Amino acid sequence: MATISMVVNGRQMSGEAEGRTLLSSFLRDALGLTGTHVGCDTGQCGACVVHVNGDAVKSCNMLAMEADGAEVATIEGQAAPDGTLNAIQAAFQEYHGLQCGFCTPGMVMSAAALLKEIPKPSEAEIRKYLSGNLCRCTGYHNIVRAIMAASGQDVAVAAE
Amino acid sequence: MPMDGGIGASTKRREDVRFLTGAGNYTDDINVNGQAYVAFLRSDVAHGKIKSVDTSDAAGMPGVIRIFTGADFEGIGGLPCGWQVTDRHGEPMQEPAHPVLAQGKVRHVGDPIAAVVAETLEQAKDAAEAIEVDLEELPAVVDMKAALVDGAVKVHDDLTSNLCYDWGFVEENRDAVDQAIKSAAHVTTLELRNQRLVANPMEPRVAIGDFNRATGESTLYTTSQNPHVIRLLMGAFVLGIPEHKLRVVAPDVGGGFGSKIFHYAEEAFCTFAAKAINRPVKWTASRSEAFLSDAQGRDHVTKIELALDADNNFTAIRTETYANMGAYLSTFAPSVPTWLHGTLMAGNYKTPVIYVNVKAVFTNTVPVDAYRGAGRPEATFQLERVIDKAARELGVDPIALRRQNFVTEFPYATPVAVEYDTGDYNGTMDALERMIDRDGFAARRAASEAKGKLRGLGINCYIEACGIAPSQLVGQLGARAGLYESATVRVNATGGIVVMTGSHSHGQGHETTFPQVIAEMIGIDASMVEIEHGDTQNTPMGMGTYGSRSIAVGGSAMVRAAEKIIAKAKKIAAHLMEAAEADVELKDGQFSVAGTDKSVAWGDVCLAAYVPHNYPLEEIEPGLEETAFYDPSNFTYPAGAYSCEVEVDPETGKVEICSFAAADDFGNIINPMIVDGQVHGGIGQGIGQALLENCVYDDQGQLLSASFMDYAMPRADDVPFYEVDHSSRTPCTHNPLGVKGCGEAGAIGSPPSVVNAVIDALQSGGHDVDHIDMPVSPSRVWAAMNNA
Repeated sequence: MATISMVVNGRQMSGEAEGRTLLSSFLRDALGLTGTHVGCDTGQCGACVVHVNGDAVKSCNMLAMEADGAEVATIEGQAAPDGTLNAIQAAFQEYHGLQCGFCTPGMVMSAAALLKEIPKPSEAEIRKYLSGNLCRCTGYHNIVRAIMAASGQDVAVAAE
Repeated sequence: MPMDGGIGASTKRREDVRFLTGAGNYTDDINVNGQAYVAFLRSDVAHGKIKSVDTSDAAGMPGVIRIFTGADFEGIGGLPCGWQVTDRHGEPMQEPAHPVLAQGKVRHVGDPIAAVVAETLEQAKDAAEAIEVDLEELPAVVDMKAALVDGAVKVHDDLTSNLCYDWGFVEENRDAVDQAIKSAAHVTTLELRNQRLVANPMEPRVAIGDFNRATGESTLYTTSQNPHVIRLLMGAFVLGIPEHKLRVVAPDVGGGFGSKIFHYAEEAFCTFAAKAINRPVKWTASRSEAFLSDAQGRDHVTKIELALDADNNFTAIRTETYANMGAYLSTFAPSVPTWLHGTLMAGNYKTPVIYVNVKAVFTNTVPVDAYRGAGRPEATFQLERVIDKAARELGVDPIALRRQNFVTEFPYATPVAVEYDTGDYNGTMDALERMIDRDGFAARRAASEAKGKLRGLGINCYIEACGIAPSQLVGQLGARAGLYESATVRVNATGGIVVMTGSHSHGQGHETTFPQVIAEMIGIDASMVEIEHGDTQNTPMGMGTYGSRSIAVGGSAMVRAAEKIIAKAKKIAAHLMEAAEADVELKDGQFSVAGTDKSVAWGDVCLAAYVPHNYPLEEIEPGLEETAFYDPSNFTYPAGAYSCEVEVDPETGKVEICSFAAADDFGNIINPMIVDGQVHGGIGQGIGQALLENCVYDDQGQLLSASFMDYAMPRADDVPFYEVDHSSRTPCTHNPLGVKGCGEAGAIGSPPSVVNAVIDALQSGGHDVDHIDMPVSPSRVWAAMNNA
């Protein structure tokens, strides 16, 4: 076991981890940040997406030790301190971009990374970017609309 | 205009805030002080005799608390089956034992042999790998027809064969159907497979057992769609724990789609082990374990024959289906190919006689049970595919053929034992035709052809029996449960309301929609109403959420309880206003007396109920809390018409969905935004079945599609935007809200139109292909086009 430290959502945090401990497990079990979810064991589902030093990563595909000293952003840090949802979160609620909520943290974190890369993505760009995030509830319809809305685009073109 | 926050308003979901901020409380987010962790050792062969299990090395490994094997569960009940089907000859189905941990034999890859409880999950996994199992591998049966051959290897040695049941429905119609087919002007026959699927909710299953030695109470936290059902099944049939000593909690649940209805071995194990070692015990499935242990779906092999007269009227339908049960009977497995499938074979059409034969078969595969739609997608797919084939053979328009045979008068008693209370199948078809610009199809096809692509348009209808279910009827059909639902409406002294419901939300948005109903009934803001669900300790006995039943059955129970509340509140208001009870009206949260200016607010009446100083104590009790149980008198029958347009690349066989439209009749709708979302999700799963998903075993019973690397889940770029229309509404005639339920429609209605569209595309290119089994993958399409 070793002590791992990182800045998570702007706060210095540390915990114990084995060499084999995944970043997703470390966040959930050692730091108690259970908003990051684990939906598969092959790096396919994307429920565990967080940002490490500004890049979206699947936290189940990274060892906790690799993130030692990093800046990590998780779903828990996305809303303002007073609880106000950020633009992506608000759009997911407004456009019903979530149902069971399990994939949602990864979707929101992936969407944030997408909009940083492409501020006004096309429908096709959104769908392609989300190919690493599985959702079983929404058929993706309202997730795509929510991301278009969050990027300030007209979603009327997307079927109601 | 609907009342703000009332029935018909697209109220934004209140539960979203916690899910969007990482504040959800899913079962794996729960950690109980002092908990130990479980790792299961699962069979890696499909069929084998357990000669010995040596745990001696593993037991001495770091952190190991105790190792359990099948021997620890001798004399303890197995997992029960909740539905008994009676076969064609009046005999009960064959029902094998289903031990919590394998005893003597393993019968599918993933069958649990032993379980290690250790201080950490890693230690439990390490020790599980060190258990030595001496297993004599036996030949496996995987193919259903091979499993029924004389002399086939038996999955269960104590059963007479691998046939669970041979069901005929309606048996008395058998001769009439044979006769009608013999004398028909035209008979269209289709053989197909409705492939095995894996539900794959994004949250894998989790179970945490906890035992309080001081009180003798057990608690199970579990990823369930119906915690009361788990409490009853596990308490009464497996572990012998009375219900008042057993609490089952299903907190936020990350999707279910049927796979979290059933009582699973891991739930019983964790509850049992927690008491045995006097520590909380936690198990979290990996996705690989989910593929090996969640009940799977569909897996029917069917031959359907549709008979028509010289005027193209349907005269008879005859089907023969082989339904895979897997290695054991999952909780409701026997009902899926029978009462959820045979009863829907009339579809939207007035066919005078129908005969359905189903042979349910045991194989060395993971058990199969209900998956979104459960039986109804299988019925819809074969019927809507054979109608499309008939239209092509007869050279008639597929929409016209359907319209000609629609049921148009209600109530309509089908020849397969159900009575449709209401519907308007022309209405939903009209709505569909308004969306799809059929007149423009020829131009779109020409444009596709100019690009070297083939374009097809596929149409289908569907009907489903939802709002499951009338208890007395299902009791006659073999259900070992009632299927009512319950609600307690608790009004607090200051007027706020908590509704405790036996329904369970795992994505459906009950916390938003149920308050909309109460807000509408009382005329108060929906924010004054809170929903509690998922904990047997603070909700009345309920049957949970599946079969599109929550608003139709659970919502009705809530309405009945709220009606009792309003009736009592009017008595109190009448007393406060010194008026006759019959003259008291409730509107916008105010009680008033007709024709006077007397009024008293909702909150004042509630306060009076709990501070009964000025109160008719001689007539009524203080307090304002009522419970109702609602047992529906019939199923509800959502129905609709769906359409899909595809482009097929003849070079590769790849199918691309260009557009998808769905017109549904759900009766009255509480929250249109949520209903649209339910349909979107169902269509996504239906397209997944039609084009991508396939659960495949090799002939040794090895599961080849055991991860998201191999099992093709639909992704965002596999699907289009969907057009949906819910304007055609024929309210359900027998529940107080006039609602029908919307949860399964999309998954039931969408696969046939996709396949119909692919066949239409190939035919337009001169390819004489009349069927391709799902998933309609590029290799299958290419092979069909090239006669490979």
